[in-house]
Amino acid sequence: MAGESATEARASPFATRWSRLRRNRQVLIFCYVALAPVLALFFYVRVIPIINSVILSFYRWDLIRPVKPFIGLRNYIDLLSDANFILALENTLIYSIATVVVSTLLALPLAVFLARKGWVAAVYQTIYFLPVITPLVPMAVAWRWIYDYTYGVLNYFLSFFGIPAVPWLTDPDVALWAIIIMSIWKGLGYNLILFLVGIRNIPESYLEAASLDGASPWQRFWHVTLPLLKPILLYVLVTATINSFNVFTQVYVMTLGSQASPGQALRVLVFDIWQNGFQFRKMGYGSAEAMALTFLVLGFTMIQFRLVRSQEE
Amino acid sequence: MRRYRRPLGARLLTALAHAILFLGAIIMVLPMLWMLVTSFKPAPEIAVWPPIWLPQHPTLANYSGVFETAPFGRFFVNSAGMSLVATLSVALTSLLAGAVFAKYRFPLRTLLFGLIIATAIVPFESYMIPLYIQLNTIGWINTYQGIVLPTLFMSFGIFLMRQHVSSAIPTDYVEAARIDGASEWWILWRIIAPLSASAFSAIGIFAFIQAWAAFIWPLLIANDQSLFNMEVGLTAFQFKFSTDYGKLMAGSVISTLPMLIVFLLLRRRIIESVALTGIKG
Repeated sequence: MAGESATEARASPFATRWSRLRRNRQVLIFCYVALAPVLALFFYVRVIPIINSVILSFYRWDLIRPVKPFIGLRNYIDLLSDANFILALENTLIYSIATVVVSTLLALPLAVFLARKGWVAAVYQTIYFLPVITPLVPMAVAWRWIYDYTYGVLNYFLSFFGIPAVPWLTDPDVALWAIIIMSIWKGLGYNLILFLVGIRNIPESYLEAASLDGASPWQRFWHVTLPLLKPILLYVLVTATINSFNVFTQVYVMTLGSQASPGQALRVLVFDIWQNGFQFRKMGYGSAEAMALTFLVLGFTMIQFRLVRSQEE
Repeated sequence: MRRYRRPLGARLLTALAHAILFLGAIIMVLPMLWMLVTSFKPAPEIAVWPPIWLPQHPTLANYSGVFETAPFGRFFVNSAGMSLVATLSVALTSLLAGAVFAKYRFPLRTLLFGLIIATAIVPFESYMIPLYIQLNTIGWINTYQGIVLPTLFMSFGIFLMRQHVSSAIPTDYVEAARIDGASEWWILWRIIAPLSASAFSAIGIFAFIQAWAAFIWPLLIANDQSLFNMEVGLTAFQFKFSTDYGKLMAGSVISTLPMLIVFLLLRRRIIESVALTGIKG
């Protein structure tokens, strides 16, 4: 049938051109019609809210007050002297850097150990991936029980080493580290799998050639595996950083008091945004804070791109 | 013939590696086992020092207690229903947009695709306030449609589908069908969709896991207990019974189990698709 239309085309160039034009118009209409529902959703759920978030941050916008005046940079200036915001920023930065760095440093060697295929590696892979696949809330509830001051197994375990009971979740300074440990536990398997795929994609011959040249396992890792893992490493760093700045669920479930009282809550950025926006209903102020979160995420992502790229040259 | 023996250092390193892997694996499963074991214990065996490892008098009372004090059945149905809707919608939107971006050229194509990918980096938490206001004006707060709305499409799904269609489906197939007089819709449903099973399963798994674990948005906009998903329901339950660890662990087991079963059944597929997202993301 393809042959038929080819002969037709030769017979009447004008007719084909006209039909091609019509066809092109049909195709174009198809493209936009097919995209329309997706784009409508995309704009309504993401693009418009992002733009509104920027706009809102310049207003004193309280959900219950009818008057919502434009106040320029006032929200941003207020943020700088807001002790809660500064604390949230500090905690979030410490949390992000600690989880991303430790999780990467743990996942990379584990992935190297597991590089060889086989059922043992497959079993380990499954086990390490279990926390990743399980929903965060029940795991946070389980960890809350582990961290329990009076009856928690962690304090029991530490008592063997003569360490007195630690108030894991009630002291905000300690709670930060309790949340960090739990989050590393939860996300380690994800990074591990990504590294594993990257390592397995490295052609065997590269590593063999290096060993023939007398490279030690350490040298092979440092000079062959690691440079070839750069793209994956960048991806892991970027996604892990973005996710870490958004930390909220663990904090909400594990450090809020009974009846969700925020008295002893660990203050992180999203928690503060949530509190300002939805508990205090100061949505303009909350949006200014949300902008700070966005800039932080974008900034860190760019820095990581730069770092990994500059090392490649 | 003498067998080649690896030097002592290398063998020690291997032994050490195995020890670390094993220890790590124990740390990975221990919290879950502790949750499971606690859920079968009667109250006097939970609040004790030193802890009792295995239940002396195993009981299912915590499980029945959970269902009596909170509508966990309802939470479960809500979670399952909303995750299913999200998965189907993500599959459909990814197919539509992915195929169009992969196989057609039209004005604004690069810009739109770039926008979809670039905005994925902006955290949802940073624009949830305006989204809440939007839904408030159309009266979608405290409704199912309001809860699922942000989960109905995924930048990543569109990206993955585009990669798949442009690399795995030859343009010749599409051209041939077109010459045979097939419409673009026919090509989409009858050629592209059936050849995209692997991409669909990766996208579907990802969308389902994400939708099931959705927390902050349902927490914000579901006010009635009857709309809670498992995550929000369990959290509310925890704040009410914050010291009743037997029931809390039973509730946690119930909300973990479905994901765990799905994972053990589709283990290979899930790990592969996560790996795929890593490579192509």
